[in-house]
Amino acid sequence: MLFEPDHYNEEGEFVVNMGPQHPSTHGVLRLKVWLDGETIKKVEPHLGYIHRSIEKMTESLSYRQFIYVTSRMDYLSAHINNQVCALVVEKALQVEVPARAQAIRVILAELTRISSHLLWFASIGLDLGGVTPFFYAFREREAINSLMDENCGARLTQNFMVPGGIMKDVLPNFQQRVKEVLKQFKDNYHEYDEILTGNVIFQNRLKGVGILTKEDAIAFGCTGPTARASGLNCDIRKLYPYDGYEKLQFDEITSTGGDCWARYEVRMAEMKQSVKIIEQLIDNIPEGEIVGNTKKVIKLPKGEFYQRVETARGELGVYIVSDGGTTPYRCKYRSPNFANLSAIPHIARGHKIGDLISIMATIDLIIPDIDR
Amino acid sequence: MHTWLKNAIPNATGLLITEMVITGVILLVFLILLAFFLGYMERKVAAFMEIRLGPNRVGPKGTLQIVADTLKLLFKEGFTPDAADKFLFNLAPGIIITTALLAIAPVAFARDFQIWDINIGVLYISSVSSMAVIGILMAGWSSSNKYSLIGAMRSGAQIVSYELSIGLSLISIVILSGSLSLNDIVESQANGWWILKGHIPVVIAFVIFIIASTAEINRAPFDLVEADQELTGGFNTEYAGMKFAMFLMAEYINLFVVSAVAATIFLGGWMPFHLGNLTGFNHIMDFIPSSIWFFGKTFFIIFIIMQFRWTFPRLRIDQLLNLEWKYLLPISMVNVLLATLMAIMGWHF
Amino acid sequence: MFIKEYFGGIFKAIKSLLTGMKLTGYYFTHLNKIVTEEYPDNRATLKMPERFRGEVIMPHDENNEHTCTGCQACELACPNGTIKIITKQEVQADGKKKKRIDAFVYHLDMCTMCNLCIDACPSDAIIMGQNFEHSQYERKYMKKVLNKPGSRLKDGVE
Repeated sequence: MLFEPDHYNEEGEFVVNMGPQHPSTHGVLRLKVWLDGETIKKVEPHLGYIHRSIEKMTESLSYRQFIYVTSRMDYLSAHINNQVCALVVEKALQVEVPARAQAIRVILAELTRISSHLLWFASIGLDLGGVTPFFYAFREREAINSLMDENCGARLTQNFMVPGGIMKDVLPNFQQRVKEVLKQFKDNYHEYDEILTGNVIFQNRLKGVGILTKEDAIAFGCTGPTARASGLNCDIRKLYPYDGYEKLQFDEITSTGGDCWARYEVRMAEMKQSVKIIEQLIDNIPEGEIVGNTKKVIKLPKGEFYQRVETARGELGVYIVSDGGTTPYRCKYRSPNFANLSAIPHIARGHKIGDLISIMATIDLIIPDIDR
Repeated sequence: MHTWLKNAIPNATGLLITEMVITGVILLVFLILLAFFLGYMERKVAAFMEIRLGPNRVGPKGTLQIVADTLKLLFKEGFTPDAADKFLFNLAPGIIITTALLAIAPVAFARDFQIWDINIGVLYISSVSSMAVIGILMAGWSSSNKYSLIGAMRSGAQIVSYELSIGLSLISIVILSGSLSLNDIVESQANGWWILKGHIPVVIAFVIFIIASTAEINRAPFDLVEADQELTGGFNTEYAGMKFAMFLMAEYINLFVVSAVAATIFLGGWMPFHLGNLTGFNHIMDFIPSSIWFFGKTFFIIFIIMQFRWTFPRLRIDQLLNLEWKYLLPISMVNVLLATLMAIMGWHF
Repeated sequence: MFIKEYFGGIFKAIKSLLTGMKLTGYYFTHLNKIVTEEYPDNRATLKMPERFRGEVIMPHDENNEHTCTGCQACELACPNGTIKIITKQEVQADGKKKKRIDAFVYHLDMCTMCNLCIDACPSDAIIMGQNFEHSQYERKYMKKVLNKPGSRLKDGVE
């Protein structure tokens, strides 16, 4: 059976399906891999196993309702996904968002980014065979999730944004709780370095593997930490600031390596930058309104609107065509994972099977965001 | 027991068979219990290192969890894939568990308590344990699954290479003690364990032995054969039910065997902790039964190997072979030279 | 030079491995750091946050009165069609006919706990409950009627 021709192509290469059910694809992604022994000759991603037609659904939802669906795209940065939808409506209506709402939005978005990177850190350890880092990272992630639970009402798919601001004001102990969470994170950060970053096996698994050049990163449309590790300045928070990011001091982390190790280092450093952003804001949350002046039934003016944000994985854009009604005429999401995925077949060629796992782990794919 | 049986059964062949059966049954029961305990221990060790509680539902503190798991595996269908080579597919778990059981024969569990006192014990263990690769290759090849095949091929490369370092690190002790018999090696440590009195070469040999034997029994960070994140379970992907449980049991028995061998050869086996000629101190140490010494040392090494698994990520196949051929093998070769020099000059205590 | 690099590499590698083992060893010996939450056992003490979105509930006061006027704002706000309000005409004491709810049907299996209905409700008739143990053996149990039998609209709420 193994030696029947359909398991081989003409050159005698071994064709293996990784996925749709596979422990390291983090979802239902199917990678068709052509192997020569252990070496990868070709990778072909097959999509669509979790396609839920979110873009089409959006066409029948009102501008208040369509925010919640986007939580289900990149479920790890659900808050930032909601933010982009709120922002595009505000941009179209030209509504001023109150300063208090902006500050809370940014704090929660950066907490989401930390929690998303923590999950990535956990799963990279898991993918490369070390189970223990998973639990260390989840301990801190749990603290962030509890904070979200208390203030937003849900741990993962918060849906805390409304066009013009946020749904509810945060609790009175919000500042103190955020500081507690940050302190726990900062106190335990050195453990991540000890268990994984410094580990020689881990470094050897990542260094020099899956090199994505700057030109390729641009050509494939990669964004986020994946592209920044190749030396591309693409942080939307710096380039097209939104929600008051222009007033904040933080560094855009870039690296020139382009390999898995550079991507790893960029993400680890980004967590620290997020902490820095939150620390600037947490003591200076302005008082005031939390929702801007929006009507109960929102009608967007006729036209086309585009807004982008920086999620934990890259640039998320939402493009809305409005015909002046209460629902979008057409909605298109430019998701970061879809573009980042397209780089995998290119950079995985010539590496070993184990390297494909490290490449997928460091690019940090969220499958529902690819298919939408 | 031998004399008692001799009186009961005068026939020599009958005596041999009876003894073999009794020993076999005792050993099997012991090893199954041991595999249960190691399974429980691994879960608890993993849980505590991962700041979890571990199994705590079945039985007091979860001690019966592994029994529940075994029951579940027993009741599962012993599935054989349609495309598999059915004979080899069903034979492979047996081969793996047999080789695991064979290797335990010359290990002395306590003073004068040994199943088979063979005068080439070290040689026997290293040759029998390397036969496990046949079972793994057989399982991977006959499953007719691509993941299994890749896993089996990896295991071939891995076990054959690491066999060399294991052999060389054992040889350095053989040189120092001057015997291949495990009993003689233990006796030679009556005035101090080799790891304490053998200077640097023995320490290096010990470290190499632990690393190489972790690779030999396919445990993380060298578990490329299974590599669940890459190969969804590797060579045993297609196995279910009791056949899968036999792989699991073989893994734990192998773990025990290599730890027992390491304890015997480097840490003195059942020999109590003796220091040179301090007779008073040595006498006090002799009060602790020899079996406690043996199992204490063995479980110490088992714990270390478990800690490896729950701390380190997995190596890649080429790094795995690099580690062996570029580092472990040259170092152990030089190490054997050093040990020989030491043995000739009598530099050890 | 090569020898120095070779052995330097080995020592660095072993040091980095020992650092990791020290950390796992630390947690192995410090069992008070365990973070596991023993969920079904801690039901008695487990308290969900006040804002936690478990399910939509309709609070009734001691006179079995609620504040839902049947305005269907929640039904409109819901993105999934989770809520269905069935109204009836009720004859009031002064003889006038008024719209009152007959059944507030809530399909828990379709709800995504997005909080939009609660946000839309003008009379705070529905809130989010903290119960999260919703599992049932059949789908029909997921369909709930939120207003209690015999309940009526609180006086003064329009």
